[in-house]
Amino acid sequence: MTMLRNSYVDDDARNGLFRVQRQAFLDPEVLAAERARIFDRSWLYLGHESELAEPGDFRMRELGVRRIVFVRGKDRVVRALLNSCTHRGAEVCRERSGNANSFQCFYHGWTFANDGRLIGVPGEEAYASGFSREKLALREAPRLEQYRGFYFVSFDPEIVSLPEYLAGAAEYLDLVADQSELGMEIVGGTQSYAINANWKLLVENSCDGYHAQIAHARYLKYLAASGAVGLPQGLKWNRARDLGNGHACLEYTAAWGRPIAHWVPAFGEGAAPEIEEIRAKLAARLGAERAHRIATTSRNLGIFPNLVINDIMAITVRTFHPLAPGRMNVEAWSLAPRGEVPEHRRHRLQNFLTFLGPGGFATPDDIEALESCHRGYASTGGEWNDISRDIVTPEPPITGEHQMRAFWRRWQELLAPNVASIAEGRRVAAR
Amino acid sequence: MSRPADARSPLLAADLSRAEIEDFLYEEAALLDEWRLDVWLALFTDDATYSVPSTDAPDADPSDTLFLIADDAASLRSRVEQLLGKTTWSENPHARTRRLLGNVRIRRTDGARAWVTANFVVYRMRSHQTATYIGRYEYVLERRQAGVRIQHRRAILDLESLRDVGKVSFIL
Repeated sequence: MTMLRNSYVDDDARNGLFRVQRQAFLDPEVLAAERARIFDRSWLYLGHESELAEPGDFRMRELGVRRIVFVRGKDRVVRALLNSCTHRGAEVCRERSGNANSFQCFYHGWTFANDGRLIGVPGEEAYASGFSREKLALREAPRLEQYRGFYFVSFDPEIVSLPEYLAGAAEYLDLVADQSELGMEIVGGTQSYAINANWKLLVENSCDGYHAQIAHARYLKYLAASGAVGLPQGLKWNRARDLGNGHACLEYTAAWGRPIAHWVPAFGEGAAPEIEEIRAKLAARLGAERAHRIATTSRNLGIFPNLVINDIMAITVRTFHPLAPGRMNVEAWSLAPRGEVPEHRRHRLQNFLTFLGPGGFATPDDIEALESCHRGYASTGGEWNDISRDIVTPEPPITGEHQMRAFWRRWQELLAPNVASIAEGRRVAAR
Repeated sequence: MSRPADARSPLLAADLSRAEIEDFLYEEAALLDEWRLDVWLALFTDDATYSVPSTDAPDADPSDTLFLIADDAASLRSRVEQLLGKTTWSENPHARTRRLLGNVRIRRTDGARAWVTANFVVYRMRSHQTATYIGRYEYVLERRQAGVRIQHRRAILDLESLRDVGKVSFIL
């Protein structure tokens, strides 16, 4: 078993170089350390408030090896219940989603209310006086907080509050959440897939403005053929930002249509007045400048460590968890304004699928690239990836790698090994 | 099978027979496995749709639910052009595929149209890995003067997610 290196990130400011060691993607010890020091010490996306509209609504979520019941109790409080019976451990929720007053363990029949309380124990008279239902409620994730409808959990009871953790990323969540006065909602239908590559490759790829011209040549050709043209000149955005705590974003203008709110011919002539109306309403509600920014810019937002909210030709919410150094599960949803008119919702979903998802005109090629990188690392273990683009550019553009360096610096900071932490990594790996 | 591309040819009012339908589906599957996608595309009507629902919403409508694929005739045409082009990296070099169709059921006929379902297993082989796609097809077939044409083609996966197969980068 190899030990963690002293450093996987070579941040060489003097020479304007930034490199990442390829073993960071390959070593099982790195993944064990990431689980202990990153995934168990960060805020992790659980779900959106709109997915639990009614008391009793639940969604079963997989966060790595942990299965969590994201549920709204009959008291309307949202909870993150760990899906394991407090008796002998079987999973009490065995459906992907639904509405339930209670969850009954099928092994011995213990029953838990949708707020987690233990409310039924068959043959309870067999237990002695020390037995306490109160102490045997379903366990909850140590922390659960929400920001603008986005719920996060943390397994670190001491972690800073969610708003403090989000730092500059909150501004970009606001730019999404402000798109409707009625709030936003997750549209039905989950794109659930897996990629045979290290999870950090998807972090990089989700905010990579450099690869589009080559990797997505076919999408760009499709886009041009569909009549999309560049946006009117004037307010020109093209920037990569480090948002603090490992979060980062790209903010830019693009030729693709935006349901909120940039019309392209693919939406149809009939949709043009409606898009104008959406823009006008936004401006009336938020002021011209903010409305223009929301409607005109596309934004790829990465929230450390594993949440991506890309507000591009549609809004995708995408989270992913490593299962092994070379394997991750991915879940992706479409986020949209509540109360969107049906015709507009249809355009939004069509626009989403032109680029996004495992059947889109772009994502399959990203998956191909990530898996190809991972195989390439296996061929060249010990080599370094170069992430130096625009390292000395004062206002780094989206085709640089400023945003990736923000992630990697935080990653290295949390992972920074010392004797104790190597031992800890091994202990986790041995579990 | 390689009939002239004339999706606008008149609808003929005569029920499609089981033999015609099965022959058509098997020939269509062969075109896809042979990557003769331009010939395959010519089998679609001008108002055709090709779709693959998300695995947790198999019975949904693409106008209000996120699908994996929800092509109209124009995006299907583009999809085929892309798959035959050189920069669709996920299918260049393209995968081998082999599809098995069975349990063909003619659910309804209406003069020149037939509503057909069939079960499928589609194997995709690439990079020394085999992905197995399992599900059922829904078709609306039309008898046109130029031959049988597809107006609606939906591949509904029985897989609970795409975790075992990764993506749908080819025509399912």
